[in-house]
Amino acid sequence: MPVTELAGRQVHVNEEGFLTEFDEWDEELGKALAELIGIEMTEEHWKVIRFLRDDFKAEGETATTRRLATVGGFPVKEQFNLFPKKPGKKMSYIAGLPKPHGCV
Amino acid sequence: MLRLSISEKLVKNLVILGGGTAGTMAANKLRKKLSKTDWAITVVDQDDKHIYQPGLLLMPFGVYKPEELVKSRKRFLAKGIEVVTDTIDVVNAEANTVTLGSGKTLTYDYLIVATGTSPRPDQTPGMDGEEWHKSIFDFFTLEGAIALRNKLETWEGGKLVVHITEMPIKCPVAPLEFCFLADAYFEERGMRGKVDITFVTPLEGAFTKPVASAYLGNMLDDRHITVEPDFMIESIDDERKVMISMDEREIPFDLLVTVPLNMGADFVAKSKLGNDLNYIPVDKQTLLSKKFNNLFAIGDASDIPASKAGSVAHFSIDLFAENFVDHVEGKPMTELFDGHANCFIESGHGKGLLIDFNYDTEPLPGTYPLPAVGPFSLLKETRINHWGKLGFRWAYWNMLLPGRPMPVSSLMSMSGKRIPQTTK
Repeated sequence: MPVTELAGRQVHVNEEGFLTEFDEWDEELGKALAELIGIEMTEEHWKVIRFLRDDFKAEGETATTRRLATVGGFPVKEQFNLFPKKPGKKMSYIAGLPKPHGCV
Repeated sequence: MLRLSISEKLVKNLVILGGGTAGTMAANKLRKKLSKTDWAITVVDQDDKHIYQPGLLLMPFGVYKPEELVKSRKRFLAKGIEVVTDTIDVVNAEANTVTLGSGKTLTYDYLIVATGTSPRPDQTPGMDGEEWHKSIFDFFTLEGAIALRNKLETWEGGKLVVHITEMPIKCPVAPLEFCFLADAYFEERGMRGKVDITFVTPLEGAFTKPVASAYLGNMLDDRHITVEPDFMIESIDDERKVMISMDEREIPFDLLVTVPLNMGADFVAKSKLGNDLNYIPVDKQTLLSKKFNNLFAIGDASDIPASKAGSVAHFSIDLFAENFVDHVEGKPMTELFDGHANCFIESGHGKGLLIDFNYDTEPLPGTYPLPAVGPFSLLKETRINHWGKLGFRWAYWNMLLPGRPMPVSSLMSMSGKRIPQTTK
């Protein structure tokens, strides 16, 4: 896996630029990743990202938009407002997690 | 009396919920492997109609009649399997019981859930309202496929939208095949110029995996079919005949052919066995429940990250039957499933493609099952692939369901496959 420099440090990413090591992430890095895709993080954004991180730790996989709505309590519409066009992909990118599957 | 009660105690009960592709294959394979004096096998299903589901895609275009696709479930279950026709109310996995709709209770030593996945148009506002089966259709139910066939016979043209609500769905290539077949159907009827076809998907492109997505995307372009990607539906305004996305894009239609949200059975939710779409979490290599050591979920009912397709059921159950016998004898399960799937893709005008893939390897070009010889070509349109699809219906009823071995490997093989230069 390639290594790239982000927020002043070396991190491992895949060919699409998603972080591959769960423990290399922190919120400073999340902010830098968000800037790369034109998203300015607010408290509302962080609530979603923190849920995704905690859920991944517990479940071993990235929550889908559906799970974020039913388990996390973030309506899908709100996910689209916060992370326009491709919420599933953008949220996981910022959270330093793999893209959610369900796409098979 | 004493002898009877001892022998009753010795007989173990295997209960299989669902007599579709996966449940029938598993029941027949296990009936051969498990001794009749030690094991009773019971299959529960709500009706006696086994539908050949791959045929539903072709029915709207007049290829099959309904009676060619439906047979008695009981006819395909081997002797020594008890069949119970009833609905399922709830499973109590702590107590090892299943309560049926009639109120009857079954006790099991081992439970196999094979109740599949079903389209749920009620989950999208406006989908199953006034326009359901008038201008909005599904095709993965017998009723939907028949209604759509009747509609297409008299339809005079306009905007045809083919749509996927949300992944995962039963047979992920079927909506694309529907586009190709519709293009050919209208061309053969001399009215292709009057039909505007749009393919609307929540995915980023035509398919889920990159090499096949690029190839299938080109096939859509060649046929002048527009793709609207990243479309997550919020609702349908059935008065205006418009689909509305979460990010407020609108797509008008005259005829909407949709794949509604797919969900596992309701009793799974009631029994607290499933995830948010009622699929049961299992180990993806053995299909054993992550929570209960005497419960398996097979076919579309599980949450394995593979296509919800008959081929996945088929390949996984070949291995599952071996594993089941080891597991009940307290031995480790060693036949590990790799997510192998293969699908014929009808492309219209008597041709088809074939794709072959697993959890880790995406569909690639090449030949199948033998290198160079084939006879089938992977990710390429040929007539032989189309005949393969039509011939498969015979193999399904006569080889697959009875549990007879098919002349292909259960695990995916790389022989015959080519990795294109562009893939990373």
